[in-house]
Amino acid sequence: MTQVRPETPAAAQDIVFDHVVKTYPNATVPAVDDLSLTVPAGEICVLLGPSGSGKTTALMMVNRLAEITGGDIRIGGRSIRDLDPIRLRRSIGYVIQQTGLFPHLSIAENVATVPKVLGWGKKRIKERVGQLLELVGLPVDEYGRRYPSQLSGGQRQRVGIARALAADPPVMLMDEPFGALDPITREHVQDEFLALHERIRKTVIFVSHDIDEAVKMGDRIAIFREGGKLAQYDTPRTLLKEPADEFVARFVGADRGLKRLTLTRLADLAGSGELSPARPDDRSLPVLPADASLRAALSLMVAEGTEGVLVTAAEGAPDADGAARADGTPAGGTGAGGRVLGVASLDAVRKAGTA
Amino acid sequence: MSTFLGSFTFMRDQLSLLLDKTGQHIWMCAVVVAVSLVVAVPLGLWLGHLHKGEFLTSAISNIGRALPNLAVIAIGLGIFGLTFTNIAIALLITAIPPILSQAYLAVDQVDPDLVRSARGMGLTPAQVLFKVELPLALPLLFSGVRIAVVYVISSATLATVAGGGGLGDIVLGQATYGLEGVIAAALWVAVLALAADGALALLQRVLVPKGLRAAR
Repeated sequence: MTQVRPETPAAAQDIVFDHVVKTYPNATVPAVDDLSLTVPAGEICVLLGPSGSGKTTALMMVNRLAEITGGDIRIGGRSIRDLDPIRLRRSIGYVIQQTGLFPHLSIAENVATVPKVLGWGKKRIKERVGQLLELVGLPVDEYGRRYPSQLSGGQRQRVGIARALAADPPVMLMDEPFGALDPITREHVQDEFLALHERIRKTVIFVSHDIDEAVKMGDRIAIFREGGKLAQYDTPRTLLKEPADEFVARFVGADRGLKRLTLTRLADLAGSGELSPARPDDRSLPVLPADASLRAALSLMVAEGTEGVLVTAAEGAPDADGAARADGTPAGGTGAGGRVLGVASLDAVRKAGTA
Repeated sequence: MSTFLGSFTFMRDQLSLLLDKTGQHIWMCAVVVAVSLVVAVPLGLWLGHLHKGEFLTSAISNIGRALPNLAVIAIGLGIFGLTFTNIAIALLITAIPPILSQAYLAVDQVDPDLVRSARGMGLTPAQVLFKVELPLALPLLFSGVRIAVVYVISSATLATVAGGGGLGDIVLGQATYGLEGVIAAALWVAVLALAADGALALLQRVLVPKGLRAAR
């Protein structure tokens, strides 16, 4: 792996699992059994499944913290078996639950870990650390000298992500990175990561046991069942609409229809001309901004007992998750001042949900 | 009471004798502690890094605690005679177990997630040990060293039975120095032990990474 200068971000690379098998010593059944899937470059792939389904093992094989016992994994066309494990790992970002930040090192030193072992010059490390902490919204002047124990859970998570990005790896592995956060902080960090990913476009493999997180974060979701077998690998939309079997259907939950609604925004209805024009008596309808999800719209209709919601233009940049915010906001509370785009009727929402 | 006060008179009158014996005492302890550190710290850290040898380190630690120094010296008399080697071995048996077991535990108990994180980022095993495990192990490692130093300083008084010198010459020399002398030297030993412990506590404050202190 050649070192990549931060000025020229590394292009994302695809990750291919090719009939991968992992059997731990003294185990009778494999932890991962004949896993084949391709994560296209620049996408987020969520490995989802109950505990003991081999998803973490699958992740750890990519950076050879667990050695594969059969098949092959290729990153950007190169087999990981052909690379020295230490050098391979330095070219892959790694974030784990509770972040694994080193408590005895300052925030800046934590982020500098990989550049240091790669032997970068002092000046270059300093620049890179400043750049990364800026990227995750923790300016180095204010936070660089602090220690992990002096940061909140969400801030520590952001430092963990900055640290994983330090050497500008084309690939990132994230092992239940947000698992230890409270629900509100979690939402926030998820949104931040998605926004960050829009900019940096790494190939990400993300382990989760939470279907909602998977639907939100994943371009694709790989669902594992016990025994390390891949049950289904699809986009969230397809997975929720057409579960491959009983196990997947049960795992994604009986409310998968509702979950699908989170994948579509009111703005999408407006874009495809499925909003009806607002009439004068629609003024009394509850209001939602266009960046809210269909689920939020449906929820509001049920709560208010109406047959539609008034959709207004979203203010500023589109929110990564309008649904969570809108869910808890009283009717008319958000976006009331925006330009009215039209009315999303119950029928239109239902139709879009089954599409 | 008068005997106790008399011990201070002894300290004043026999200051040069006390200082002389203290010098011997410190020298003896310093050699023993240095050898213990060289043997026990690397071994304990390495075993802890491998998470192997819990049985070995705890067994050594228990034996060291159970075995009376005097018995070791008595046995040693038959083998080595009246030599410094004999005393040194007895004192090493006092000093090595706490250092070894604490060094082992200190590294063994480092959060496995931190180690996985460090390995996952591409640190070599040596870098994991020196950049992550050792700094995190320092507080516990220091506690082991401090225990050992206090043990050695107090136990070194027994060196006199094998002709080793030190403050033990006075503590166990009531016939020569009187009860006042015994008490004076015993107090001297106690102060020496406390002073050494205090000095190590200071060193610990300097060496243990700031981030770990902030966490407390």
